[in-house]
Amino acid sequence: MRALILCLAVMLGQGALAQDAPPSSSQPPAPAQATPRQEAIPGPAAPAPANPADTVPPIMSFPSPVTPRGMPEAPRPEAPEQVVAGMSSDAVSITTSFDGSEILLYGAVKRETPIPASSLLQVIATVEGPSRSVTIRKKERRLGIWVNAESVVVGAAPSFYAVATTAPLRLILDPDEDARFRISIPTAMRAFARPVDVENPVDFTEAMIEMRMAEGSYRLDDGAVTLVDDTLFRADFRLPANLVEGTYKTRIFLVREGRIIDSYSAPLEVRKVGLERWLYRLAFDQPLIYGLMSLLLAAVAGWGASAAFRALQRE
Amino acid sequence: MQIYLPIAEVAVNAFTLIGLGGIVGLMSGMFGVGGGFLITPLLFFIGIPPAIAVATGANQVVASSVSGVLGHVKRRTVDFRMGTVLLIGGLIGSALGVAVFNLLQRLGQVELVVQISYVVMLGVVGSMMLVESLRALSRTRRGGRTTRRAHGWIHALPFKMKFRTSGLYLSVIPPLVVGLLVGVLSAMMGVGGGFIMVPAMIYLLGMPTKVVIGTSLFQITFVTAFTTLMHAISYNTVDVMLAVLLIVGGVTGAQIGTYLGARLRAEQLRILLALVVLAVCVKLAMDLFLTPDDLYSLTPGIV
Repeated sequence: MRALILCLAVMLGQGALAQDAPPSSSQPPAPAQATPRQEAIPGPAAPAPANPADTVPPIMSFPSPVTPRGMPEAPRPEAPEQVVAGMSSDAVSITTSFDGSEILLYGAVKRETPIPASSLLQVIATVEGPSRSVTIRKKERRLGIWVNAESVVVGAAPSFYAVATTAPLRLILDPDEDARFRISIPTAMRAFARPVDVENPVDFTEAMIEMRMAEGSYRLDDGAVTLVDDTLFRADFRLPANLVEGTYKTRIFLVREGRIIDSYSAPLEVRKVGLERWLYRLAFDQPLIYGLMSLLLAAVAGWGASAAFRALQRE
Repeated sequence: MQIYLPIAEVAVNAFTLIGLGGIVGLMSGMFGVGGGFLITPLLFFIGIPPAIAVATGANQVVASSVSGVLGHVKRRTVDFRMGTVLLIGGLIGSALGVAVFNLLQRLGQVELVVQISYVVMLGVVGSMMLVESLRALSRTRRGGRTTRRAHGWIHALPFKMKFRTSGLYLSVIPPLVVGLLVGVLSAMMGVGGGFIMVPAMIYLLGMPTKVVIGTSLFQITFVTAFTTLMHAISYNTVDVMLAVLLIVGGVTGAQIGTYLGARLRAEQLRILLALVVLAVCVKLAMDLFLTPDDLYSLTPGIV
């Protein structure tokens, strides 16, 4: 458990560093930087180090804290392969008949030099929904009755998270690169929101991931990205019907030999529109009026049915 | 046909919801129960977040109760005086229930307390009703007269009042207490409380069954309206889209239920209601004692 907290602390430190990295020259600057990379609320169990140099010596094989991190071995501007990408649409509207949506991430690899033949190019694409805190509870038998006993609170877990790749994720990506860019599903989860007082918190988060995968909120689609001639790629994502409103984040990573060589990120707005938006705003801005409206609606419907039925019987 | 619910933030099939409302409305019209004890668990089951299920369920109960009570008013089977006394108790109880609920939430385990009290209450009420109505049924079969029970200690209480529609001359204390208890339950479990009130009115207050249902619906209408408003204001958990779909099914069901109820004999009605109450009780008890499919559960937010 200690190791886990340490791990989280390290991850938080790393994430902050990744943000500091200078943007690649080929990236469209505004959207990629508009979304903050880190909105983690560090819990008391895993305080983020104020100064990245203070980071606890890493357990995994992280690069030395002294070397400038957040950028791969080669400086970004001269990266031989860069990603140029786009989206089928940059907004999803939730209407009354909303029943999920398709989103297409597509793009190409831009390079000045011939395609390196020494290694295989892989592409990873992710879509991430707004994060929310979640309490995970475990039931235990006490006096013959099943009651909620232990609980773990995850400070921020994405409400939706999908990863699509060209090949099985664990084969193409280094674990420390994964921890740094938070790509695989477990790493997308942020710090625990309060001191963890259970023996094995990982069991809890694993159970949560399993449940979310079962309901389709979290998805890992190995091989769902198609890459043509090591240059053109596309990834189709199916957004489920139970979408939460907010700014979603799409990311694309180019991977060679387990290392991320370039990345792209853009926001995707998911918004309620029309009647949905009006009702939602009314419920939160004018709760009294909303409540009275609901009651009036109920009373009128009740009275209407009663009157209609009486008229029907009279005939 | 899928419909996206603006507050619950999930998409559900509109016809499932209408059907659900219809079944619950049918029971409401037949037995004078609001149906909250059925609709709330059913909404959990189709994936509506619990807080929204409770609040919206209350809103749906308002509609089906209004529909049902109007049918009863036409038939002159509502004791308004008794209903008002019960209602006063109910509103006080509802406020008390919210306080108790908050206290339990601070201590944790609110879910467990609610579940256990459901099992105990439904079990006791259901079996009492079943035994009593079976006995009454066999008595009428033998041709004997149903003798009204004597309520010695209840009649000894002060503050007596005449309830003409029910044909009772009774102290206001027992109906106030019954209303109060039901109000507490309503706030804590998100139910109208008809399934507790109907038997209490029959066996404790000795009201005639025909009057009981209309009067209970009258009280439920106002208590659930109060609950809905409280939920909408303090927690923003009423989903009006969900409510409308449930209501469309519910009001239709309630009318059919009232019609059927008028056709059935009082004892038969009571046996049916007892069986429904016992079935829900057994289901909830099984959830407590059997090993759950999934040991883990997710709740949004930090609790």
